Amino acid sequence: MRGLTPDYEMKTPKNIKEALQILSTNSGEWQLFAGGTDLMVSYEAGKLTHKKFLNINALHELKGFVVNDQEILIGGGCTFTQIKNHPIIQQEFPLLVNSAEATGAIAIQNRATIGGNIANMSPAADTPPVLIAYNADLILLSSKGYRIVNYTQFHKGYKRADLRADEIIMAIKIHRHQGISHSYYRKVGTRAAQSISKVCLAGVACVFRGQNIEWIQIGLGSVAPIPMQAIQTEHFLNEKDLTHENIQQARNILMDEIHPIDDIRSEAKYRKTVAGNLLTEFLESLKK
Amino acid sequence: MKINFKLNEKNISVDAPPMKRLLDVLREDLGLTGSKEGCGEGECGACSIMLDKQLVNSCLVPIAQCEGASILTIEGLGTEENLHPIQQAFLECGGAQCGICTPGMVMASFDLLKKNSNPTVSQIQTGLAGNLCRCTGYVKIIDSVTKAAETFK
Repeated sequence: MRGLTPDYEMKTPKNIKEALQILSTNSGEWQLFAGGTDLMVSYEAGKLTHKKFLNINALHELKGFVVNDQEILIGGGCTFTQIKNHPIIQQEFPLLVNSAEATGAIAIQNRATIGGNIANMSPAADTPPVLIAYNADLILLSSKGYRIVNYTQFHKGYKRADLRADEIIMAIKIHRHQGISHSYYRKVGTRAAQSISKVCLAGVACVFRGQNIEWIQIGLGSVAPIPMQAIQTEHFLNEKDLTHENIQQARNILMDEIHPIDDIRSEAKYRKTVAGNLLTEFLESLKK
Repeated sequence: MKINFKLNEKNISVDAPPMKRLLDVLREDLGLTGSKEGCGEGECGACSIMLDKQLVNSCLVPIAQCEGASILTIEGLGTEENLHPIQQAFLECGGAQCGICTPGMVMASFDLLKKNSNPTVSQIQTGLAGNLCRCTGYVKIIDSVTKAAETFK
């Protein structure tokens, strides 16, 4: 049961400058609030730690996309509906369309923002594995200026990350010409819509003549306390041929590398096996 | 705090705590009990409404975020005397049984048909994937949307 509604405060800053000012002077006191699709669930369950919310949902500085020759910038306030409908994302980053479509259902996708999804730091979120695969950078803004953090280095532990209380996730930056020849996304959950994943794997690779992996990058969800990059598996597979033995060995390395848990949604043993199956499916698809 | 918005084509103003859920403002403050509360966590879609022409779960929207917004609820779609074609189709096809999910189903169908006037069964399933029904088994709901689409054309 939620607390008494009048006890909660919500403030809507006029622009991002005012938002950053409020965050810098009362660090930690205000919780950023965008689409609310995660926070309102915690609110309803009485699990919110904060009583003061800074409504950044309407800040136009966080909305929209910037595309240049080299990269695409996705505003932290972009919704999954906006992301899945963007023509450049549809053409060049299909895994983002897959993960946006796998997030909740339409009514959630219309509200949920990518910045909020990242800041919520759930190890089971659908888009973070894709951001790992695409080697995305985060642009973090505070009243002191901005800094860039590579997303593979962002998460530091369960619900902990390289994000200060006075910072806002301004944008997500992805390089456009990575030389990706193959990409793969699969979320395994109890049903197609609305479910939270049991296991999720996103991968991209550059493969030469369907035989040799030049490079590969793999992100996983729900198999560790954080959205996880399969570094050891990648390291093994780089510059390897797609032989049956190598695929088998990569599968074994992945199953050792991840450390899923038993919880209400699934069991560690099941998650390990399924993660191995997804990797095998991905690697087999690289032969085509 | 005072919040001004447009509700079913009328300008209104309510005085409510900023974190009060839009669903509760609709049902308690404004007496519009068409939108239902099923799960209260964005899973079931019974509280679906249109906010600035987008389908949303009203249980997940704090009223403070509705300042200046335009909202359409099931009450703004049709009346008992003058049903919306989607409501008529649900009636004719047996798409409503206990009725708790129906307002949300109708709003999600409205959103779908606005974007796609001739949806396939699979597109209807995706359009309504955020709405749960425990009575019909969905077949009659899909029939209802198909029929409504025919009327729309």
